[in-house]
Amino acid sequence: MNEHTTRTNPLRRYVRPGMLPTIFCAGCGGGTVLNCFCRAVDELGLDPQLMAMVTGIGCSSWIPSPYFLADTLHTTHGRAIAFATGVRVMSPPQRKVVVIAGDGDASGIGGNHLIHAARRNVDLTVFMVNNSIYGMTGGQVAPTTPPDVTTSTTPYGNIEPPFDVSSLVAAAGATYVARWTTYHVFDLVKAMKAALTHVGFSFVEIVSQCTTSYGKAVGKRTAAEFLADYKERSVRLSAAQKMSAEELEGRLVVGTLKHVPDAPEFCSRLQAMTDRVSGEGER
Amino acid sequence: MTRQRVPYLSRNDGQTAFLMGDEASALGALYAGCDFFGGYPITPASEVAEVMARELPRTGGYYVQFEDELASISAVVGAAWAGARSMTATSGPGFSLMQETVGYAAMTETPCVIVDVQRSGPSTGQATKPAQGDVMQARWGTHGDHEIIAISPWSVQESFDLMIEAFRLAEAYRTPVIFLSDGAVGHFREPLVFPRAGDASLVAPRPRASEGQPVFGGQPVPPMAQIGDRRNVHITGSTHRPSGIRDVNSKPVHEELVLRLVDKIAGAREQLTRLDVRHMDGARSGGASPECGAERATRDPARVVVVSFGVTARPALGAVEAARRAGHPVGFIRLVGIWPFPGPRLRQLLADVDCVLVPEMSLGQINRELERFVQCPVHALPKIGGVAHTVDEILGPLMARLQGRR
Repeated sequence: MNEHTTRTNPLRRYVRPGMLPTIFCAGCGGGTVLNCFCRAVDELGLDPQLMAMVTGIGCSSWIPSPYFLADTLHTTHGRAIAFATGVRVMSPPQRKVVVIAGDGDASGIGGNHLIHAARRNVDLTVFMVNNSIYGMTGGQVAPTTPPDVTTSTTPYGNIEPPFDVSSLVAAAGATYVARWTTYHVFDLVKAMKAALTHVGFSFVEIVSQCTTSYGKAVGKRTAAEFLADYKERSVRLSAAQKMSAEELEGRLVVGTLKHVPDAPEFCSRLQAMTDRVSGEGER
Repeated sequence: MTRQRVPYLSRNDGQTAFLMGDEASALGALYAGCDFFGGYPITPASEVAEVMARELPRTGGYYVQFEDELASISAVVGAAWAGARSMTATSGPGFSLMQETVGYAAMTETPCVIVDVQRSGPSTGQATKPAQGDVMQARWGTHGDHEIIAISPWSVQESFDLMIEAFRLAEAYRTPVIFLSDGAVGHFREPLVFPRAGDASLVAPRPRASEGQPVFGGQPVPPMAQIGDRRNVHITGSTHRPSGIRDVNSKPVHEELVLRLVDKIAGAREQLTRLDVRHMDGARSGGASPECGAERATRDPARVVVVSFGVTARPALGAVEAARRAGHPVGFIRLVGIWPFPGPRLRQLLADVDCVLVPEMSLGQINRELERFVQCPVHALPKIGGVAHTVDEILGPLMARLQGRR
């Protein structure tokens, strides 16, 4: 049983001891996201003890909580970005405050906080793991579910159009927005590093497979089927810009969708105001 | 705690100001060391946010207005874990929206203060008018087994003083504290006398866990950790072990956690009992006002007692003192601490009285809780519609009860 020679993955030091194996379903993209995140942190040389992880409710919230070894605030459904804003305001600027959330958590129940945090350009890094479904609760339709997909709460097919969450967040004022999939692991690590180092509201949409709940809805049972589909359907932004709307139908546009490096950030403006008025003036 | 706070506030030392209750609660929070306020406008609580927006930056703290009450309470809890003395202020509808996170704060033992300046409901009701209909919302608004601390001021001075107490209790019991004001107390103006800003007793200590010491167990109120303490603190609203790590499938783990969270507050009911008791044992019991010295004033122990809180306690005291001046043995009890309910002490105080009258600006919430503890009849004296009871509206029924008490 145990005769195999084992080598410890060097990224294991970023994982909270005693927590593996993860509770993720076989083939879930959550492990890939955790792996890429650890790699990004490692390649940037960040000290996880100077980071704060904030999550909400859903499978994706379990990626850092409890697996990533750092201060972790695992909050209520939809509110992670709001909790994280409180942490951000009270934290020194060098602390990385990172939210990992699902598509339902971030763009459904928490959509208001998502767009307002983007509008403020508050220095948070948000990784939204988009599996197109409410997976933890067993596969109900989400704001990101494509049309016509049959889920447990759209038994006759989804009649609603989905959100393009990256475009929404970019339009709301986020200053770094990228979209990749769990197929594009090297690009994803690069985007995570860019998001983590960006000062301002950074958002990476990670299209990820849910083999259990979404797989059931679309007839894909293995991670390999999903990853082959992502490879097939994805088109880089530079190529997409030369394509017509019809040609882009059903395609996943991946790449850095928006990057404004030096936009005014919320907490630095708040601090500047506080410095300006503190201790001066009569009541 | 910011360096600018004390020098800035100390300019008020020894001063008297003429302020609204809402303004006084905001200033009380500054004296208590509040350095984060998550705001969202709502009548009749907006003045708390407005004063904090103006004053917090001057003391080195941070005011952030959020997109809704869900965000403001969430940020308040997040800020607390990053080291803030944090608070928010709202009214009934906003308080309803906050309830899920009140439960999260209770479960994660996050010290914070939530001001609820009660207004007339249900729903939008009479949005600009006072009421006292959130007593049970404060207690049971969030789901599941839990205890909560709620305290209620009846004056501008007390809005200030009790706010300092609210922050002290939040730290001492590591719990959200509900500051249950009302639209009348929040909006009327009275003099406020400031304490000395540098008085260290105004800012409650926050004990921090040493290395290896559990943050979520091991003693009734464990010491807090803070994000950045390099101890990889894991904070979750799920059932968790003393280490903070989630364990949702174990009956003993859940029982140990929830029973401790309940016991740390319910078990301190005696220390948390705050009553303003007057005229109960006849003669000159605590706080008798000068008018009670009139010729016919009775010195007999109270036979009928008015129990009230918040703005309603003001006409209630007026009615009790008028009745005593006319020679009637009536008493007055004001609940300052609402939750945990001071039932055992009330049972003692009311053991020998004929009946209790409970005026409230609702169809009756405190009266029902009181009934669970006392032997004598409890008569509700509800008033809704947005205007507080007059003295006569309490004196009339009080006299009727006195006449009918045999």
